[in-house]
Amino acid sequence: MAEPEPTTAAILVENLRVSYGTREILHGISFEVRKGETLVILGGSGSGKSTLLRTLIGLQKPTSGEIHINGIATSKLSERELRAIRAKMGMSFQAGALFGSMTVGQNVALPLQEHTKLEASTIEIMVRIKLSEVGLEKFEDFMPSELSGGMRKRAAVARALAMDPEILFFDEPSAGLDPIVAAGLDQLILNLKKAYSISMVVVTHELASAFLIADRMILVDRGNIIADGTPQELQASTQPRVRQFLDRVPEADVGQETDEFEMLTGDRKKK
Amino acid sequence: MTAAQRIEAVPAAIGEKTIDGMAYLGSLAQLTGRSAYLTFVGPFTGEPVRAKRAIHSAMEVGVEAIPIVSLITGLFGLILALQMAHELAQFGMLKIVPDVVIVSMIRELGPLVTAIVVIGRSGSAFAAEIGTKQVTEEVDALRTMSFDPVGFLVAPKFLAMLVMLPALTTWANLMGAVGGSIFGVTGGGFTFPGYFKETLSAIVVGDVVTGWVKSVVFSVVITAVGCREGFGTGGGPEEVGRSTTSAVVTSIFLVILVDMIFTTIFYLTKGA
Repeated sequence: MAEPEPTTAAILVENLRVSYGTREILHGISFEVRKGETLVILGGSGSGKSTLLRTLIGLQKPTSGEIHINGIATSKLSERELRAIRAKMGMSFQAGALFGSMTVGQNVALPLQEHTKLEASTIEIMVRIKLSEVGLEKFEDFMPSELSGGMRKRAAVARALAMDPEILFFDEPSAGLDPIVAAGLDQLILNLKKAYSISMVVVTHELASAFLIADRMILVDRGNIIADGTPQELQASTQPRVRQFLDRVPEADVGQETDEFEMLTGDRKKK
Repeated sequence: MTAAQRIEAVPAAIGEKTIDGMAYLGSLAQLTGRSAYLTFVGPFTGEPVRAKRAIHSAMEVGVEAIPIVSLITGLFGLILALQMAHELAQFGMLKIVPDVVIVSMIRELGPLVTAIVVIGRSGSAFAAEIGTKQVTEEVDALRTMSFDPVGFLVAPKFLAMLVMLPALTTWANLMGAVGGSIFGVTGGGFTFPGYFKETLSAIVVGDVVTGWVKSVVFSVVITAVGCREGFGTGGGPEEVGRSTTSAVVTSIFLVILVDMIFTTIFYLTKGA
């Protein structure tokens, strides 16, 4: 693969290891997200991709390794120090994570009210702009519980965009959505790509969406990156695990990893 | 497990539980410390002041609790009067029933019963609210948006409780006297003015102050436990129910423990 001219990385991950208690989830992974590109993190359930996302935005501390966001090492920063960095990032959670006691408009306005000294009228205008970008301009005064799943995700994106972030994170944007609504969300992401030069990190296991929106992809499998490249490169890969994922081939049997003998004679899982 | 291992397991379990308990108390202290900092010192160091949220919380915790607190402590006052009258009548001392009622309320029952009612109403609500937010990733969303979850969710409740619980307790004391007066007038040979005059004569400032001190500490405990359980909620809706139950039970236990400690201290320092 020819090395393109060096661009500054929006996110640089080096030898990242993350554990929950004694269980190591990510085994020393490294990759980068270049400025302005959309990186899709593919992986099955339990692969560690959600843990990876949480660690990137600082909700989880790594046990070793380093994450550089716009050149600043973030793994050892305190919550306070992270605040300045988070101001430039936006995150759209899997279920939207909108604040249920506020309207959609108030949700989007919240970061602006908190972190800027703008007047209420200015904030109102910005809220309407963000909502119109995701197609929800008519739903400003609705409560999150009054919206459909797809609309909630759009509202979450609007809220993530409120502070004009440099990096946007998406956690499973198509999860739980029917194909038409999911395609709508993919289109939204593509529109954002065209309109702004935001770097985007999208965690998903939906192949169709992934290949549509990605500039580059990484495939995470059981805590390791087994593929890293452009969608074309991944599609052409001959590695068995990569092919299994891309061709949607099920596991031969569910407990495949466990040694057969151990399964029959070993102790039951300790509490 | 061998017999030796079984025996070993007992002190190990005790040790583990003790450490877990200390860790729990530590997390309560951490939440309280941070809330207190954000409430009293924060406004001067640039942290946002969430007055609207605190006032909204105060309405829920305090004002909306008045009906139920009035009812419960009113009934308690009546019960107290009846019980005391039963004994005092034997000594022909019915005339001090108002004194006994008000002193019991101010020193003990007012703060304690009010705290328990507030635990049931608000301690559980705090745990349920924060627990649900934890499960739906709203707490994570706050952090990624550079909000301090403690400052946004806990500190307003902390301030609201700090002000409202002593206020509710004072109201409860009054209601207790009112409840007692029902007996006083119907079975104790008092008139309403006479009953309340006797009540007033028994009020000692020292008692009122100790009652308030207890209330303040109770408010801290209730807020800390409710919010701590909320943040510690695991994954899934059934966990929210568990956290809420745990919040109420733990709060009641700690409140009574604190009550015992304070009562002992006040007893020893007053040279009663």
